Amino acid sequence: MDMETALEINQVSKTFNNDRGGVHVLDHLNLTVQEGEFVSVIGPSGCGKSTLLKLIAGLDSDFHGQIAVGDQEVHGPSIDRGFIFQEHRLFPWMTVEKNIAGNLSLRDSEVRSKVNHYILLVNLTGFEKAYPRQLSGGMSQRVAIARALLRNPKVLLLDEPFGALDAFTRAHLQEALHDIWEKNKTTMVLVTHDIDESVYLSSKVVVMDAKPGRIKAVVPIDLPYPRARTSRAFQEFRTVILEHLDHKPGEPDDFSI
Amino acid sequence: MTTITLAENKEKTLKRKKRSWDRGLALFRALFLPVVALLAWEVLTRLEVLPSLLFSSPSLILSRTIELVSTGKLWEHMEISLFRALLGFLLGGGLGLAFGIIVGMNRKSEQYINPTFQMIRTIPLLAVTPLFILWFGFGELSKILLISLGSFFPLYMQAFLGVRNIDNKLFEVARIMEYTRLQQIVKLMIPSSLPNILLGIRLSLSVAWMCLVAAELLGADKGIGYMIQDARSFMQTDTVFVGIIIFALAGKLSDSFVRILEEKLLKWQDSFKA
Ligand SMILES: Nc1ncnc2c1ncn2[C@@H]1O[C@H](COP(=O)(O)OP(=O)(O)OP(=O)(O)O)[C@@H](O)[C@H]1O
Ligand SMILES: [Mg+2]
Repeated sequence: MDMETALEINQVSKTFNNDRGGVHVLDHLNLTVQEGEFVSVIGPSGCGKSTLLKLIAGLDSDFHGQIAVGDQEVHGPSIDRGFIFQEHRLFPWMTVEKNIAGNLSLRDSEVRSKVNHYILLVNLTGFEKAYPRQLSGGMSQRVAIARALLRNPKVLLLDEPFGALDAFTRAHLQEALHDIWEKNKTTMVLVTHDIDESVYLSSKVVVMDAKPGRIKAVVPIDLPYPRARTSRAFQEFRTVILEHLDHKPGEPDDFSI
Repeated sequence: MTTITLAENKEKTLKRKKRSWDRGLALFRALFLPVVALLAWEVLTRLEVLPSLLFSSPSLILSRTIELVSTGKLWEHMEISLFRALLGFLLGGGLGLAFGIIVGMNRKSEQYINPTFQMIRTIPLLAVTPLFILWFGFGELSKILLISLGSFFPLYMQAFLGVRNIDNKLFEVARIMEYTRLQQIVKLMIPSSLPNILLGIRLSLSVAWMCLVAAELLGADKGIGYMIQDARSFMQTDTVFVGIIIFALAGKLSDSFVRILEEKLLKWQDSFKA
């Protein structure tokens, strides 16, 4: 099958300028993501993963190189690229359904039925009229997922979306995310600290290196879904990624959360 | 099991009784001083320990109130006062809100506008009153403008603060969802700074009442402030008291109104306890 390129990152470099000079965060990054692929990005803290996602989202356009989504070069934010942050970032003054609808009117019957659809999908029926303060962390994150999916993005960017959740909720939401990916075939770029999560979900794992941020290895995970976390093959991929992360002769291991 | 429920029920009714008794006691304690003071006032003025000409008395004030209400005089004064206060508040408060949001949104407009506003804010209003009368005469315009000037600043300051305190992370979300500039203002900035804006409204309203009194005491031929001033020159102390009570009530009522608004509009707030 002939696959289309969903996301093309070409020679991207990023430097933050502060009073004491610049911090070189990303160094000539290249990455191609095919349509419908699920890519995880893993790497030591501070290697520039969040920065990279923000560049792709168009939230920060101060960088060198090119980023293209589909055949459009990225110049600013767009609903083409959904973003799910580590914190849910819901608007506290809006109910669940209004948060999901956002700037779309719930009086529009099409929007209404879409909102209902996604509330059902993330399993939040009965909480339509609840305010964010009345929700648990996992529920809030599900609202954020529904909010992003409703806009039917070409690429969904996820920055450690389950990092702050307990193991139970995390496993549940990983399942949900996987189902959504299989159903909608949305291209996903997931930043994570969790090797298990990356092997469980992705079609390929990008391992990054810090100072400056570079891509160290790209590990395709050719395992059929659903994947059993306890299987030998699963553990082998885990080991491969761990070795890529660890292997840095002469330097202490700085992969820690 | 039934005995347990019965016992529980009994305990509950006892608790409820205790609570209403507590509440009654609290009310009694709160009213104790005012009632004693009123009684003392009445007795002392009747015995002429306090000259009733200067201190009036609760019963005199009450009968004067009834008289002013029944002749329709009170309403005549109140009508014009309310009109001035409301119009001044709407004008000044509205402008304050708009400028607060604009200046909060935009660094450049802050640099151009904010220093000047802060300078004007420090001028005591009573000091500019004579100027306003010189410029705009004794008519309605000078009064309304004075009230507007007073009620401008609290709302300006609070709206500005509210917009400045909006979490930048929420702005990123709005940008990703392609909110237009207008949607950002209506659906993000205003609701997010609503706690500050409502506080600003409360402060502005109280300043509006103060400016109203100042404006009417300094020169008017109608209004509650004028009524007080006029009564003073005829030594009608009871009418002066009626005016003071009206102002106190108006201030309290408008404040309660905003509180109810807060209860309705801020129920999403985690920290808000109605
Ligand atoms: N706005 C900023 N100004 C200056 N430096 C920044 C800014 N944002 C990030 N940095 C720096 O860029 C580097 C990468 O940050 P980034 O948040 O992308 O890391 P990360 O890989 O997401 O880390 P983590 O896994 O801890 O989330 C860090 O050294 C950080 O100090
Ligand atoms: Mg990060």
